[in-house]
Amino acid sequence: MSELRELYQTMILDHYKRPRNRGRPEAADRRAAGDNPLCGDKVTVFARVKDGVVTDVGFEGSGCAISTASASLMTESVKGRRVEEVAKLFDRFHEVVTGASEPGSDLGKLTVFVGVREFPMRVKCATLAWHTLRAALEGGGAVSTE
Amino acid sequence: MSARPDAPYDVERVRKDFPILQRSMRGKPLVYLDTAASAQKPQAVIDAIVDLYSKHYANIHRGLYELSETSTRLFDEAREKVRRLLGAADAREIVFTRNATEAINLVAASFGRTHVGPGDEVLITHLEHHANIVPWQQLCLEKDARLRVAPVSDAGELRLEELERMISPRTKLVALAHVSNALGTINPVREVVALARAHGVPVLVDGAQAVPRFPVDVRALGCDFYVFSGHKLYGPTGIGALWARAEHLEAMPPYQTGGDMISSVSFEKTTWNKIPHKFEAGTPDIAGAVGLGAAIDYVSALGLERIARHEDDLLAHGTRLLGEIPEVRIVGTARRKAGVLSFVVEGVHPHDVGTILDQEGIAIRAGHHCAQPLMDRLGLPATARASLGLYNRSEDLERLAAGLRKVVEMFR
Repeated sequence: MSELRELYQTMILDHYKRPRNRGRPEAADRRAAGDNPLCGDKVTVFARVKDGVVTDVGFEGSGCAISTASASLMTESVKGRRVEEVAKLFDRFHEVVTGASEPGSDLGKLTVFVGVREFPMRVKCATLAWHTLRAALEGGGAVSTE
Repeated sequence: MSARPDAPYDVERVRKDFPILQRSMRGKPLVYLDTAASAQKPQAVIDAIVDLYSKHYANIHRGLYELSETSTRLFDEAREKVRRLLGAADAREIVFTRNATEAINLVAASFGRTHVGPGDEVLITHLEHHANIVPWQQLCLEKDARLRVAPVSDAGELRLEELERMISPRTKLVALAHVSNALGTINPVREVVALARAHGVPVLVDGAQAVPRFPVDVRALGCDFYVFSGHKLYGPTGIGALWARAEHLEAMPPYQTGGDMISSVSFEKTTWNKIPHKFEAGTPDIAGAVGLGAAIDYVSALGLERIARHEDDLLAHGTRLLGEIPEVRIVGTARRKAGVLSFVVEGVHPHDVGTILDQEGIAIRAGHHCAQPLMDRLGLPATARASLGLYNRSEDLERLAAGLRKVVEMFR
């Protein structure tokens, strides 16, 4: 059970049950949708970027504990960061959940996802929101006003 | 050859026939509850394939030498075994395909393109596997025809009276699953066929989940087309079959063209081979067919009536055990079900259920089960699914229930 406990750490379960930054921020000007057709997880990430800084970010969607907690903790981790920093943080996060490098203090709370490396089939769950955020920040486009 | 239908079913002995069940999974005995996705293989199937390649292999319908003769005979015998399995009148009505999906595509492309035109309708049900949705949807798009969908109840039962109302002079084909892969519902195929035939409408039955679970008799069902996959029947992957009434096959144009399916070829004109060869272009999966034949021998020797009773007992046991866990809700509560226990755990996504059970050495499926429209209908993004095979035992379901209690505990 120890590998499982490492995967489903208390903080991950907490963010799964009570996701932070859920919904679309009022002033969001970027959005992208992502899905994992294999498991049916769907996420939409919204962001507001001002002078190269992610000033607000939120998400909607449904998914497993790992993908929901990852989206929630991602929103907390990227708010207030410059767009380039967010890209670097995603690279680091990706390396850690795939086991390519060790976690460090630079990841902050995101280190709770270190257990994912023992579950290769769940890497996609952990990175879905991040891929979607990257799409929002790169291509983005305006948030629909309908 | 079949065991007497009332003889006791010795599951421990059956399990010894399956090498993979002897291995452990994550330090525990493997509990395989994903037979609806694909069945494990008995030694007899593995041996038949090894034997063919080791001793008898050559291309079929070609050589004048002994190896080709033997290969051809084994291939033809496999076709005869499929005929017997389905209760078909004539082995010429059995076409080998890659799987059930390809068999449906064959019917859609050949029979469908011939008979479905602008304004016509193809009628399916809401609980179909994508394999019995998408080929019809694409045919309808191509032909400017309309795909109609007969509804199911919240329990996952086909609403027969609605289906009846939806059959019209425009209906050119009804296609439905014999058993739902996602919920286990057994559809009332005979009744559907009676309703359709009253309007002269042919019926295709997707038997992928039925053929491994109980005896099937296509003549008693009265349908026009019946398809299944070998790998779900304890046979190898890459082989499946289509049964169709000879008069349909005679009238239908070829699906693919090339070698073996021709009678004579010149640059100006080609004439088609006789059925079923007209639908089997190129060298077929010879070893697959021989392996499938061995699988049919295997389930026939055990007796499909006895397999059905064994799985029914397990299904009832599993339903009871899961019903005792307050956080677990069974999805699909049709009165007639076979082999499938779909469920959700309150507050836990099916994927997390699957990961935690995997750590316990229990293999289940989590997801939409290639039935997204059905999941939408039930208002669920996904379910967890435990499905039974002839080698499962009560203990497997007890381990499942214990695993689910751990899931609940972990997410509390």
